[in-house]
Amino acid sequence: MTGCATRSTRLSEFVPEPVLSIRDLTVEFKTEDGVVHAVENVSYDIAAGETLGIVGESGSGKSVSMLAVLGLIPQPPGRIVRGEALYKGRDLLRMPKGELRRIRGGEVAMVFQDPMTSLNPVLKVGEQLSEAIQAHNDGVSDKESRKRGVALLALVGVPKAEQRYDQYPHEFSGGMRQRAMIAMAIANSPSLLIADEPTTALDVTIQAQIIEVMKAAQRETHAATILITHDLGLVAELADHVVVMYAGRVVERGDVFTIFSNPRHPYTVGLMESLPGLAVEQVTLQPIPGQPPSLISLPPGCAFHPRCALSNGRARCRTETPDLREAGAAEHVAACHFSEELEGYKSKLVGAA
Amino acid sequence: MTEQSLERDRTAFAGAAGANPAEVGASTDAALVHETGLEVEVRSQWTYARRRFMRHRLAVVSLVILIIIFTAGFTAPWIAPYSFEGYDINNLEVGPTLSGGHVFGTDLLGRDYFSRVLFGIRTSIHVAFIVTILAVAIGTAIGMVAGYYSRWADNLLMRFTDLILTLPALAVLLTAAAFLGHGSQYRVAVIVSLLLWTLLARIVRGQFLSLREKEYIDAAKAAGSGDLRIMFRHMLPNCMGPIVVFATLTLGGAILLESYLSYLGFGVQPPTPALGKLIADGQDVSSHDWWLVTFPGLTIVLIVLCINFVGDGLRDALDPTQRVRA
Repeated sequence: MTGCATRSTRLSEFVPEPVLSIRDLTVEFKTEDGVVHAVENVSYDIAAGETLGIVGESGSGKSVSMLAVLGLIPQPPGRIVRGEALYKGRDLLRMPKGELRRIRGGEVAMVFQDPMTSLNPVLKVGEQLSEAIQAHNDGVSDKESRKRGVALLALVGVPKAEQRYDQYPHEFSGGMRQRAMIAMAIANSPSLLIADEPTTALDVTIQAQIIEVMKAAQRETHAATILITHDLGLVAELADHVVVMYAGRVVERGDVFTIFSNPRHPYTVGLMESLPGLAVEQVTLQPIPGQPPSLISLPPGCAFHPRCALSNGRARCRTETPDLREAGAAEHVAACHFSEELEGYKSKLVGAA
Repeated sequence: MTEQSLERDRTAFAGAAGANPAEVGASTDAALVHETGLEVEVRSQWTYARRRFMRHRLAVVSLVILIIIFTAGFTAPWIAPYSFEGYDINNLEVGPTLSGGHVFGTDLLGRDYFSRVLFGIRTSIHVAFIVTILAVAIGTAIGMVAGYYSRWADNLLMRFTDLILTLPALAVLLTAAAFLGHGSQYRVAVIVSLLLWTLLARIVRGQFLSLREKEYIDAAKAAGSGDLRIMFRHMLPNCMGPIVVFATLTLGGAILLESYLSYLGFGVQPPTPALGKLIADGQDVSSHDWWLVTFPGLTIVLIVLCINFVGDGLRDALDPTQRVRA
């Protein structure tokens, strides 16, 4: 993980206007067993050119919050209870359908998790690529969109792009498909690129290539990028800021160096403890005990307390839901009553980086 | 995004990956195939389907027979040896002979039965094709809307479909034929098709309901595609298998239905021959003129049998569960 040390200081140079600003987003799903509180009071900003990593276990509300922003949550059973998602000042959650559709795939694009299922099997890859181009550019001829499509495939590192353009998804390997998906996402030079676990379905060597493609794509478009993942290594590699989510809530937020060097939420610490470090000789990993809670009936107080090493049975954790509060560094917030006790914790990952 | 910047970044990318473009290309097995000159031809699902269909021998033979019969039917006005209503006064009620010029014999009026069967095929498949096209169009449209929009649209359309399904087909057809008057084969076709679309509507609805949940449909939505584009371009091609199979089997069903109606005297009206009508005409004298019932009857059996075999072959070829996944 060399990314941490070598990354430039592009972040601190200026304070840009946020491209996307999510405030108090709350999403519920009605099921037969009860109401699932998938996302609760989630807020964060992302500025132009910046990469925001959203990390958390499966079911922590990472993807749902993004799908909600794009209006892709089926309603019902889903329901956006409150909150706003201001994209360049306009609220995506209350935007008329047609307007939102023009933004989707144009200014705001998304790369899906599983490239094996995100391409339509009966359409040629090129057709799907030109569709993305033509949907947002009126009057682009087929010939023109083909030319651009081939160039995009070449950009994301698909070899023999001219021939590949006319092939079907089943003739692409997993990594090639994900490249094609990224090509589609950046086809219209988006200002905001949402990548939902772009490397999860791929093997490790291909993951490294896809990370490079993501970087190239970001260089090309200068898009603000939201990276949803549970891979902390990927976050360290790509992200400027990190949002840690647990049980549908943001538990910690801060810039990537602070989060990795000085985590102030026991869940973040737990995530890091459960990762193998390269530099440190280690015999056993420390998993977080227990299971993620059911989002239908969250534990009272802090949702993490039953699994928390820090809580230690303290009553306050069971009775009082912690709010996000300042945790030392600038713009670093954590939702833990006893976050100060983590001061001085040194992540082994920092040593690795 | 300009051409130049694309080119620039392509090289930038290759550099970032620590390799020249050729090496980047060689990193996947599929690309290796290209590198070694073993070009992979573009294979769509139709290519695979055609191959599987060609392996189904009975279906291929049936298809050939059908093509011959249908061609003969469509070109009847040009290839039939006699007119369908021309009288041969010297050859009343002659049996089928190869030498006498009347291969299928003649009827009481001396009309050449081979020619009448050819024209009968023409009428029957004419009606059957119209029925099939209309039924497929109606069924697909209703199934698409119900499956895509679901909720109240689905409820409304599917209850309507249930309603149509409860109608006793033959009774409705006979009543309609009686009220609407006889004559036009197109009228018969429209009425039949209005009863046959229900199954397809249910099939397409089911397919759409399951396709709606696919990630690539979400991806298409996220790419900004509108409802119509998603329905027609992304979802409909994924249902072509069942639709094609349904269309084939409906073609056979429609030929049978048209034959019932014509047989009962509610279908196509004389003197235009239809296969069912020919049987009805022949049955009065079938005790001695066996050929008047046998040849049109055999023709119907042969056509419907072949269509069903072709349908079976298509179903095997297009069944996605049997498709070899890449």
